[in-house]
Amino acid sequence: MTVNEEQTHIIAAIVEHKPGVLYRVSNMFRRRNFNIESISVGPIEPRDLARMTITVRGDDRTVEQVIKQLAKLIDVVKVSQLHSNNTVTRELALIKVYSPDTRSRSDIINYVNIFRASVIDVSTDSMIIEITGDSDKIDAFIELMKSFGVKEIARTGITALSRGAKSLKVG
Amino acid sequence: MVEMSGAEAIVEALKREKVEVIFGIIGGAIMPVYDVLLDSGIRHILVRHEQCAAHAADGYARASGKPGVCMATSGPGATNLVTGITTAYMDSSPIIAITGQVNRRSANTAYMIGRDAFQEADIIGITTPITKYNYQLTSASEVPRVVKEAFYIATTGRPGPVLLDLPKDVQAERAEIEFPEKVEIRGYKPVTDPHPLQVKKAADALLNAERPVILAGGGVILSNAFPELLEVAEFLMAPVVTTFMGKGAIPENHPLSLGCIGMHGSRVANSVILDADVLLAVGTRFGDRSTGTLDTFCRDTRIIHVDIDSAEIGKNVDVDIPIVADAKKALKAIREALTLRAERKKETAWFRRIKELKEQYEDTLEPGGEDLRPTRVLKELRKIIPEDSIATTEVGQNQMWASLYFKAYKPRTFISSGGLGTMGFGFPAAIGAKTACPDKFVVDIAGDGSFRMTEQELATSVVEDIPVTVVILNNSTLGMVAQWQRLFFDKRYVAVHLSGIPDFVRLAEAYGAQGVRVGSLEEFVKAVKEAMRLDVTTVIDVPIPPEEDVFPMVPPGKSLKEMIEG
Repeated sequence: MTVNEEQTHIIAAIVEHKPGVLYRVSNMFRRRNFNIESISVGPIEPRDLARMTITVRGDDRTVEQVIKQLAKLIDVVKVSQLHSNNTVTRELALIKVYSPDTRSRSDIINYVNIFRASVIDVSTDSMIIEITGDSDKIDAFIELMKSFGVKEIARTGITALSRGAKSLKVG
Repeated sequence: MVEMSGAEAIVEALKREKVEVIFGIIGGAIMPVYDVLLDSGIRHILVRHEQCAAHAADGYARASGKPGVCMATSGPGATNLVTGITTAYMDSSPIIAITGQVNRRSANTAYMIGRDAFQEADIIGITTPITKYNYQLTSASEVPRVVKEAFYIATTGRPGPVLLDLPKDVQAERAEIEFPEKVEIRGYKPVTDPHPLQVKKAADALLNAERPVILAGGGVILSNAFPELLEVAEFLMAPVVTTFMGKGAIPENHPLSLGCIGMHGSRVANSVILDADVLLAVGTRFGDRSTGTLDTFCRDTRIIHVDIDSAEIGKNVDVDIPIVADAKKALKAIREALTLRAERKKETAWFRRIKELKEQYEDTLEPGGEDLRPTRVLKELRKIIPEDSIATTEVGQNQMWASLYFKAYKPRTFISSGGLGTMGFGFPAAIGAKTACPDKFVVDIAGDGSFRMTEQELATSVVEDIPVTVVILNNSTLGMVAQWQRLFFDKRYVAVHLSGIPDFVRLAEAYGAQGVRVGSLEEFVKAVKEAMRLDVTTVIDVPIPPEEDVFPMVPPGKSLKEMIEG
């Protein structure tokens, strides 16, 4: 059944790990008027391959087109959609928060413990927190941190794998 | 393993791909390759603008079915190819574009990539969205593999242009070279065999159809699927309409041929396709100029869509039975499945209806009026030139008149820029086609506006002795735009008058070509016959009525049902 409303979809692609491939992929998205919400890339085994996890917003027709257009790129070796009910997704964020006094520091550490995040750097008036989880969890945490004052955020974008036996492999 | 330079490796690899001719212009960054080319036995045709090198390679490819090769230097040479490469990309034509590039490394000067060197352009970045693939070579030793891959990618699956960018130091570098026999690209495995289950479904749907119609696109021509197309059509007694790019996929004098659909399609084709209960669409991307508005295009029709590019299936039109395959293989499989299931159809009620409609509409197509109306000129041209002559067209009114009034009897004999709509394509493409088919009469059906964009290739045609004939339907206007201004902009003419400049007869003569201006249909016939007899580059200037429109027409944003007549 086709869903015509816009949703976020996760696409995983195994690509040649060589210069210019990210350009070819992002160029295709721009040219076809698709929007990338996030993209994360890293090398896999064998080392001449890399895995891209791309999240896009669109209806089912759009995501089908995205997948087909990705598959058509010579440097994309394999591509598939990861369905949310059968996929684990994680994102990592580093957040620098104002913590000028002991009170704010202990409050922040409380939240950090509840969210199973960790403090990875402390200076006189700020702390850096590392948090991993799905994007909703990170959004919620950032929302809480806003009351202390967020200085800087770095998010990796989603990376994801299918659960169980299913896997995206080459060969 | 042999020791040779990158330039020698390129030329040797081209010879191994059976390249016989290259269209190009030399320049600083490609000189080492040209130096090797001199003794290679490969013919080089020096064009007068790089855009035309790409168009000529494209025309060569479309006429012959073999990949065409063009070459240019770095920077402006490379960027001048861009329109030609895009034209080939939009019409899925297999061309190989070779460009020089500044050095990758340079010991003691800034003449190198990334330093904004003289005549440096990022042609890889520029051509990524308009090529099927492109390569920048990084060493002489990888040349043979890359060239082999380039030809493989360009000519298999859905064909398209591939660009090779050759840094000058890679051309000069010497290395141990080995030429591979096989190609292995793990991310590129085009599917060519149709899925048997889908073929069965298609055959059942076609046999149960009351009003089956076949839509043939450019893919039928690219895969040389003409006999298979005709067999399926004749088996089902199903009428065949084509897209503009599919023109020539079926002989247009065949009883089942109804001509092109689309904005300037024939009345009968546009009406019949909307009546179909089952549509077999082969090798078409359902482009906007073919379908009219999508919400009125074959909404209640069961659509079988055969295409080698799976991304085309469901892109513009919802499909009931998708078949991802080569057109030739799919049509052959469908034909076999039909034969297993049923007898060849005899005269059906649907066929009788088609015949009636065809006769009825054909009458309205018979042009009358002044002697040199373009419709009459083109019908006359068709009568006097051999059936296997190749016609190219420019873009605009000339192209749409040709589509409607100049029948194509054989595949690969009608060559035009359909997707990109590149004015100036027809003349260099004609030179490319004539190079591929020197024994055929080649004519460019032109408008004066388009011809002006590449007329300098008269020099190429004359000097290289590649005689083609240009028929200029001359209304001294950018005619199609003027037609839109008449119809949709309240006759507010802006930027369309060309002021009768230049005198095309004298222009032709200045290049050493033959120029003729005709004043009547009789003189036109004489001029064409003379061009055929003399076999020299000829420009025939045909003054046509300046306000003549192309009809019928589906206005932009309308349904194929809503055709307007003059």
